[in-house]
Amino acid sequence: MVIKAEHELHKRRLSRNIGLGLVLVGFVALVYGLTVVKVGELYQPEAASEASK
Amino acid sequence: MTDASIQTTKTETGEAGFGDYFALLKPRVMSLVVFTALVGLLVAPVGVNPVVGLASILFIAVGGGASGALNMWWDADIDRKMKRTLTRPIPSGKVEEGEAFAIGITLSVMAVVMLGLAANLMAAALLAFTILFYVVIYTMWLKRWTPQNIVIGGAAGAFPPMIGWAVATGGISIESVLMFALTFAWTPPHFWALALFTKGDYANAGVPMLTVTHGRKATRNHILGYTFALAAVAIALGLTSVGGPTYMVIALVLNAMFIKGAWDVFRRTDVDSEADSHKAERGLFKLSLAYLFLHYGALLVEASLKPFGLGGWG
Repeated sequence: MVIKAEHELHKRRLSRNIGLGLVLVGFVALVYGLTVVKVGELYQPEAASEASK
Repeated sequence: MTDASIQTTKTETGEAGFGDYFALLKPRVMSLVVFTALVGLLVAPVGVNPVVGLASILFIAVGGGASGALNMWWDADIDRKMKRTLTRPIPSGKVEEGEAFAIGITLSVMAVVMLGLAANLMAAALLAFTILFYVVIYTMWLKRWTPQNIVIGGAAGAFPPMIGWAVATGGISIESVLMFALTFAWTPPHFWALALFTKGDYANAGVPMLTVTHGRKATRNHILGYTFALAAVAIALGLTSVGGPTYMVIALVLNAMFIKGAWDVFRRTDVDSEADSHKAERGLFKLSLAYLFLHYGALLVEASLKPFGLGGWG
């Protein structure tokens, strides 16, 4: 039985790992972006004046 | 040696690639979800921050995809019996049923929670209801029980524009309800037109389809009935704040064409249909694809004209 260094199985695992990695990086970026927007909204002039009332 | 080779084969069939997991989310259905949710969000009278809008559409898409994965998990037994669904990730042996269930549940919860955090509770509640409706009421309960299954399943597919609207406004209004009704009333004639010219093997799988349970003549009658309801909804939507002259002209033309197409299908017998390879049925199905896209597209046109003082009814 020939053992190949790169088997079809490894390719599929690699595609899965890269795909999942990209999804996680994208998710982190999205949550970071959302946090920036949500925190930014708190310091908008209307919000600030509302808060001062 | 023999044992080793068997072991290798077994492991290989269970090793799914990323694409196989993605296929669980029914990407084609997701594209309709994304498009209609985006229109619902963009035509709403309240502006949304682009990052919040993008994130919300993404979470709605993930929620829709998750319900697709749960649908495939529950329907794995019938998917193995039908040619059309035999290549899906579970029946083809690429993804295990338990994996599909885990992915579906995890993504459902994540999508609902994240939409609640990114947008508002109303949007999250609507998304949760959509997933619940599609998975429990349609997939688990009514799909194998009533030939009206496609009508009920269509309701789940009709919620996304309502969710998009709720992301922007935080509520429900006549506009969002009519956008829901547009996709809801569109689904039966769209699907039954397809059922009239494809030889589905639903009967083998024990799924009651109208063409089988009530016959093809009844299906033609149903298509015409729903088409009239659809036209009424489409015109009513044009009279609301999201409509306008451009939408109305497009809606009038498309609905006249759709009624004509449904009338032609209604008048035909199966002998006529077989004689010209289901020309009218195929034509109605093709028209239905353009119909929905152009209606939502027209709503987008109206919304994009408004900043220039041109869209809407003034």
